[in-house]
Amino acid sequence: MIDACDACLRRSFLIAHLAPRIAGLLGRGERRATGLLGLPESDLLAAAAGRRVEQALAFLDALSVGRERGRLAAAHVIAVCRHAEAYPPLLRELGDPPAVLFGTGRAEVLAVLARDPTVTIVGTRRASPYGTEVAYALGRGLGAAGVPVVSGLALGVDGTAHRGCLDGGGVPVAVVASGPDVVYPRRHRSLHARIREAGLVIAEMPPATEPYRWSFPARNRIMASLAHMTLVVEAAEPSGSLITADFAKDLGRCVGAVPGRVTSSVARGTNNLLKDGAAPISGTEDVLDELFGVGVRGPRDDDRTNEPADPVLARVLDAAAACDSVEAVARATGQTAATTRAALGRLEAEGYLTRRDLEGWERTAR
Amino acid sequence: MLAAVATFALEGVRPQEVTVEVDVRRGLPAFTLVGLPDRAIRESRERVRAALLNSELDFPQKRLTVNLAPAHVRKAGPSFDLAIAVGLLAASGQVPSGRLTEYALAGELSLSGELRPVRGALNAALGARRAGYRRVLVPEANAPEAALVEGIEVSAIPSLARLADLLHGRWTPEPAEPAVPAPHDSLPEAPDLADVRGQADAKRALEIAAAGGHNLLMVGPPGAGKTMLARRLPGILPPPSFEEALEITQVHSAAGIGNGRLATERPFRAPHHTISAQGLVGGGTRPMPGEITLAHRGVLFLDELPEFARSAVDALRQPLEEGRVEITRGQRTLDFPANAIVVAACNRCPCARAPDRCSCTTLELGRYQRRLSGPLVDRIDLVCQVEAVPAVELVRASGDAPTRAVDVRARVVTARQRQLVRLAGTGVLCNGDMDGRLTRRQVPLQANLAGRLLALRDRIALSGRGHDRVLRVARTIADLERRDLLTASDLDEALSYRLDAWQRVAA
Repeated sequence: MIDACDACLRRSFLIAHLAPRIAGLLGRGERRATGLLGLPESDLLAAAAGRRVEQALAFLDALSVGRERGRLAAAHVIAVCRHAEAYPPLLRELGDPPAVLFGTGRAEVLAVLARDPTVTIVGTRRASPYGTEVAYALGRGLGAAGVPVVSGLALGVDGTAHRGCLDGGGVPVAVVASGPDVVYPRRHRSLHARIREAGLVIAEMPPATEPYRWSFPARNRIMASLAHMTLVVEAAEPSGSLITADFAKDLGRCVGAVPGRVTSSVARGTNNLLKDGAAPISGTEDVLDELFGVGVRGPRDDDRTNEPADPVLARVLDAAAACDSVEAVARATGQTAATTRAALGRLEAEGYLTRRDLEGWERTAR
Repeated sequence: MLAAVATFALEGVRPQEVTVEVDVRRGLPAFTLVGLPDRAIRESRERVRAALLNSELDFPQKRLTVNLAPAHVRKAGPSFDLAIAVGLLAASGQVPSGRLTEYALAGELSLSGELRPVRGALNAALGARRAGYRRVLVPEANAPEAALVEGIEVSAIPSLARLADLLHGRWTPEPAEPAVPAPHDSLPEAPDLADVRGQADAKRALEIAAAGGHNLLMVGPPGAGKTMLARRLPGILPPPSFEEALEITQVHSAAGIGNGRLATERPFRAPHHTISAQGLVGGGTRPMPGEITLAHRGVLFLDELPEFARSAVDALRQPLEEGRVEITRGQRTLDFPANAIVVAACNRCPCARAPDRCSCTTLELGRYQRRLSGPLVDRIDLVCQVEAVPAVELVRASGDAPTRAVDVRARVVTARQRQLVRLAGTGVLCNGDMDGRLTRRQVPLQANLAGRLLALRDRIALSGRGHDRVLRVARTIADLERRDLLTASDLDEALSYRLDAWQRVAA
């Protein structure tokens, strides 16, 4: 789906062309290029291109928007400009909304974003198992409750929230700092593919653009503005996640934070957010209460309706969610190790359980 | 005068026939040793001279030339002493050389003329039988071991003087008794599975591993009992058959760690994680068997698997795939047998604390678990958890009957028997050794089960290799239950032991 005007496309390609220049322009401490991205074209050229302005002008002259449009269509890239109907309305509240939103995946997701309350989950790349567990549970709970989950495809909390949302059967939205088709970090190749399948990967940069340091904070403003609420799961100080929270605050959106251990460095950011008045989040229910009002919409309770018929399986399923080891499950259900193993294998095969690395199994939101 | 005497050298663990030719002729007294001897052999001149003189025999003051044929193979070790001494005696006419062609001999000499034991006497006897010798002469200490070989006469020789008597026909030694231990000889010290409290899951996994010869990974915190469990695996494996016991004894004899008797239990080797690749699979300028070879027909236990050097673990690729190790040195290639069940153990995470007190980041976790990838983990069929048993359960007088090793072993033996029958003619002895193609041919699935497994490959991202592993393990579970056809529950149980789940965390 391509619904973008020539001027907006031209601007996007210009920014992609100037991207390396912008990287050099920003000082070491300065990480936000947002003021720059809001400038009109002439000022942008003057500010970013500097002495290379001729080169940039030559690039603009050579640029054929029609040809680029053809290329985008051939690659099945979604492109929506800020004048288009499908452009997410919440993004327009930004002072410097991206001229064009490029995406790969399901185009219908744009309509979902315009219609449904949406939540952004961000956090550190160096997540602790606690952070990973919470991010996964929130992603899965919100996904299962039909709330689209926006995150940044980064390692740690971001990726885990995406996975949770996918496993919960929800609509994942990844906002990336590169072009929508560039997978960064490379380790998330398969996750990128799964998100394209079930949701949408969007970016401010046209396809094939590599990410720059400055484009991550720039991407954070999109994440903050796409959602009604921004959740920070674990964040060090200072960090990109806190930048996202700042953007959300500036836009007057709700910010939630997951309380962490006071001794943990990755909990400092979130605990300070809580001190500053962020909503404390201890589970999916807290988020749904913030979004829809207290008690209006609870987390979907499909687990009960989807009990396996076999009583042994049902007992093992209950025990598996609570126990860490096969041994403990066998003790709790009074079955032999072999029977317990067989039941666990069956439950996994039928999709009731999924592996949590080697520690045990957990229930899916089937 | 010329004389030739047959002896056997070790090539890895295989016997290699060496003919010691001795030429004695008039000339300036000299002793020349050719045929690529090492230092120990070159020094044998001094031992042989002293031993002969101290045995009241004559060391000829002539021009002596000793050749070790084939001349292009490097030879090592003191086991040539005896052959050189006997060659000298024969060539100088001190003993009749007529019957020497029927004898093979091996032994180290002491200066007094007594014979000292050598490594690989069993291997030498096996080689001598294959080469068609009628009798093999070995030091007394090696005789019980060598006598394990049937179809060849083994004589225990105490000293060089006695040997001379024997060659003259003045002394006839008693045939040596083979060192087959009495059935109950070594049982008391073997650790029994009944010593382990709790750990039902790990015990079940051990039983399956033993029944199918599957490699096993145990995951759990330090002190939970992983080593204790692994040590009990040899006790539930079927007792080695005579041929297997001979193989085990041969390896241990070649490595010099045997007790001179036939092995009744399968070996258990647990090298430390600082071991080098060479130590693990064998090597060195004079190639020595590595730990995997010493564990041949038994169990190789790798505790703290992620701490092993990458190169060492990768070197296990060939032994795991082919059941043997090939080591090439210069122009020759040595072959070591190396068919062992590998039991590996690791912690859940690098800090090894309980899940609720763990301080590892997911990055560290991923790094730790990625160290487990590679050829070894590709060959691991079973993963089980070993949790610390609560103290209450340790002291509680156990109500349910403990799992006794003899009962488990009986089930394992039955399961192995079924596999032997089914796999006859494929060159494979147990389910764990089947490769992918053989697995798919040997483990037919009913249509409904095959369909289910296929659907699963999509849902839980079961790889092709993972699919074969599940089939192999399911086949063993069915063998333990004495079923010819797989049932759904066999497949389900096998599915829960698979290792694929690592990939998600490491990704």
